Amino acid sequence: MSKQENGRYPTEGNIITGDSLENERGGFTRRDMMRTLLAGSLMTMGSAGLLSASGSAMALPPKRGGKMRIATQTSSTADTLDPAKTAHSTDYTRVHMFYNGLTKLDGKLGPQMVLAEEMLTTDATLWTVKLRKGVLFHDGKPFAPADVVYSLMRHKDPATASKVKVLADQIESVKTTGPNEVQIKLTSANADLPVILATAQFLIVRDGTTNFTTPNGTGAFKCKEFTPGVRTIAVRNENYWKSGLPYLDEVELFGIPDEAARVNALLSGDVHWINDVNARSTGRIKSTTGYTVMETKSGLYTDLVIRQDAAPGNSQDFTLGMKYLMDREQIKTAAFRGFAVTANDQPIDPTNRFYFAGLPQRPYDPDKAKFHLQKAGVLGSSIPLVASVAATGSVDIGVLMQQSAQKIGLKLDLKRVPADGYWANQWMKVPLGFGNINPRPSADILFTQFFKSDAQWNESGWKNAQFDQLVVAARGETDFSKRKQMYADLQTLVHEKGGIGIPVFITNLEGISSRVKGIDAIPLGAFMNYTCAEYVWMDA
Amino acid sequence: MNGMVLRLILRRLALAALTLLLVSAGVFFITNLLPGDAAQAALGQAATPETVAALRLQYGLDLPAPLRYARWLGDLLSGNPGISLVNNVPVAQMIGGRLPASLMLAAVTAAVSVPLALLLGIASAMYRGSTFDRVVNVSAVSLVSVPEFLIATIAVMIFAVKLRWLSALSHSADAATLGAFIKSYAMPVMTLCCVIVAQMTRMTRAAVIDQLRSSYAEMALLKGVRRTRIVLRHALPNAIGPIANAVALSLSYLLGGVIIVESIFNYPGIATLMIDAVTTRDMPLVQACSMIFCAGYLLLVLTADVLAIVSNPRLKTR
Repeated sequence: MSKQENGRYPTEGNIITGDSLENERGGFTRRDMMRTLLAGSLMTMGSAGLLSASGSAMALPPKRGGKMRIATQTSSTADTLDPAKTAHSTDYTRVHMFYNGLTKLDGKLGPQMVLAEEMLTTDATLWTVKLRKGVLFHDGKPFAPADVVYSLMRHKDPATASKVKVLADQIESVKTTGPNEVQIKLTSANADLPVILATAQFLIVRDGTTNFTTPNGTGAFKCKEFTPGVRTIAVRNENYWKSGLPYLDEVELFGIPDEAARVNALLSGDVHWINDVNARSTGRIKSTTGYTVMETKSGLYTDLVIRQDAAPGNSQDFTLGMKYLMDREQIKTAAFRGFAVTANDQPIDPTNRFYFAGLPQRPYDPDKAKFHLQKAGVLGSSIPLVASVAATGSVDIGVLMQQSAQKIGLKLDLKRVPADGYWANQWMKVPLGFGNINPRPSADILFTQFFKSDAQWNESGWKNAQFDQLVVAARGETDFSKRKQMYADLQTLVHEKGGIGIPVFITNLEGISSRVKGIDAIPLGAFMNYTCAEYVWMDA
Repeated sequence: MNGMVLRLILRRLALAALTLLLVSAGVFFITNLLPGDAAQAALGQAATPETVAALRLQYGLDLPAPLRYARWLGDLLSGNPGISLVNNVPVAQMIGGRLPASLMLAAVTAAVSVPLALLLGIASAMYRGSTFDRVVNVSAVSLVSVPEFLIATIAVMIFAVKLRWLSALSHSADAATLGAFIKSYAMPVMTLCCVIVAQMTRMTRAAVIDQLRSSYAEMALLKGVRRTRIVLRHALPNAIGPIANAVALSLSYLLGGVIIVESIFNYPGIATLMIDAVTTRDMPLVQACSMIFCAGYLLLVLTADVLAIVSNPRLKTR
């Protein structure tokens, strides 16, 4: 459908470019692209028939005007307008209305240019970024290279408390090299830079901004009201640089933490789009006329974390035994009501362009589990397993594993702990527990942040020198097929030797009013990876 | 008002001030026992020792606790509850946005529930043992035993999702017209009334019956005074103390106990603000909210006490 096929970058050779498809393709508009994407398998439709509904609406031109209300699953006084501090879906959705990034991700998680016109490199270490001309900030100041330098470099200052400091640390320097050009120098080669820069925290703010009480970005909306923990109201930016966009006049965004209340708000017509729908509520939403459930498969997973640096996880047999003890099919149906995809103890999901389909699936095998656990000498003893609602579905997974373990003579002592403080006090600290990892934009980020020996969130404390070398090599590789092979090897390594068990990838469930049109799922986050406000429109 | 009454009231006030001081110390040191701090909570999974240390320095969390307490108390006494650690906004401003909303909800609920409860309570005391009394009693007990999230959820399903008469959310900020006001307040107020009317009714009934059982009421009855007059003229003035206490206790629930109602209707009140503050370990905000809850509670109890003192005929005639 596009030049992004197989994740190959738009232009051959070692130049990475890619003005959005619309400019280079003449008649091929964004609408067409969406239709193509919709026809793809990213979304499976609810019984109400989102496909047919939006399919027929696609023929109509998008309507301008209207107000859309979005309700997310979380919102608190910690809500922020500072992209660097954004931490959850409400924050991401909010900042994407007011700011633009250098790049964004498409439906296959490939990078598309936004404020950057092209990104050129020969060695994946030194990058020349050509910037778009004629873009204005909300306060009228023209977008300039200094803004990019400031926006990227501020993450490196610990006082900024940036959520992506670890990613930003690989940026050695950012320099203005022309009236519309900056040069980014990395500490080591990383072919994924355009993907990384699409992360919400890297959105571009005006040079020198330290006060974020009102957003001053280049985004499609201006801020009318922002009350942390209450709501955000955004109104159309009449001077937006993308002609025709956005379609909506106004967007109201707020959090409804209670899931039942969120679904009720959708079904009573108070909001048009909600995320984090529980599998239990899908039937109710689908059976209500005018509403449907959007399922987006993604890399979200809840994993069993077996610490490799403490007993009993320091025995390779124990780790393997626990992996065989996971009844993935049962976890899929019982814990997630079928809204999940079977996983294979490695973190790259099938929507990712680097997914290795050839890796043999590890089955549920009590006999093999018994064999390995016996060898590890734990049969007959009682082993604590920590679960919490903080890690989605982990309590259910824990109960299922407890039952499987009982059958082979292992006593898993399931400890439910409160969600508050779970990530600080339990996660990665207990010998046997659960983690919950949000989808990441690239395979490299996943491996680097969660599996490398020196990774900050090396959940299981797994150390493997061969793996570490390969991660670094793959990161700098600009040849796609070579890179894909390297990632296949990495997936095999984690599958065989890693200290975590990933039973399933959890499907993102969102509830949507059928009045909302122009939806184009991105398998990374809800609300079209939080950018929906700019692109969707409301049908009467 | 004579000197005795004034002395009693002044003593109550002094006790209230002392309670507030003790609570402030309690709140400060207990909140410090919560695992993790604002720096860790703000960074979440992204916390590295380096960024946590930088944030702690920014927030002033590197200072010892007693010093922080002294500073905080000093600021509080001069009317400055500090700056939120989480988003750098003055705590007074954050509370200023939410407290009026909570007070509004409490006021509307009180305006509906107090007269209703008094009416029901007195009437059922008057007709003790009648069918009316039994119906009121049984419904009060059943209503008070249904958790408010159930009442609220069922109300939303019926009135917002099925019938579409009311909004599932309470957009208090948009309630400009009377119609919009009723639309957004109807369900939260109804839910809260279910909980507190039942309590107040039963306590009012008990207080009035208690008085009706006394010898002077019996005497009045023997003298041939009408029942209504006995209740309104003789029993009720003597029951004002206990009734005021019942009302104060029920209303105090409207300040902090409405968290479930606030979260189901997405009503931006002070209870959700405090929960947010606890989860983000935003201590200045937690402490300020606790002090407000405590002060509100003391104020209500104090009012009830004063009413009881003032309405006490034995103190009046002396």
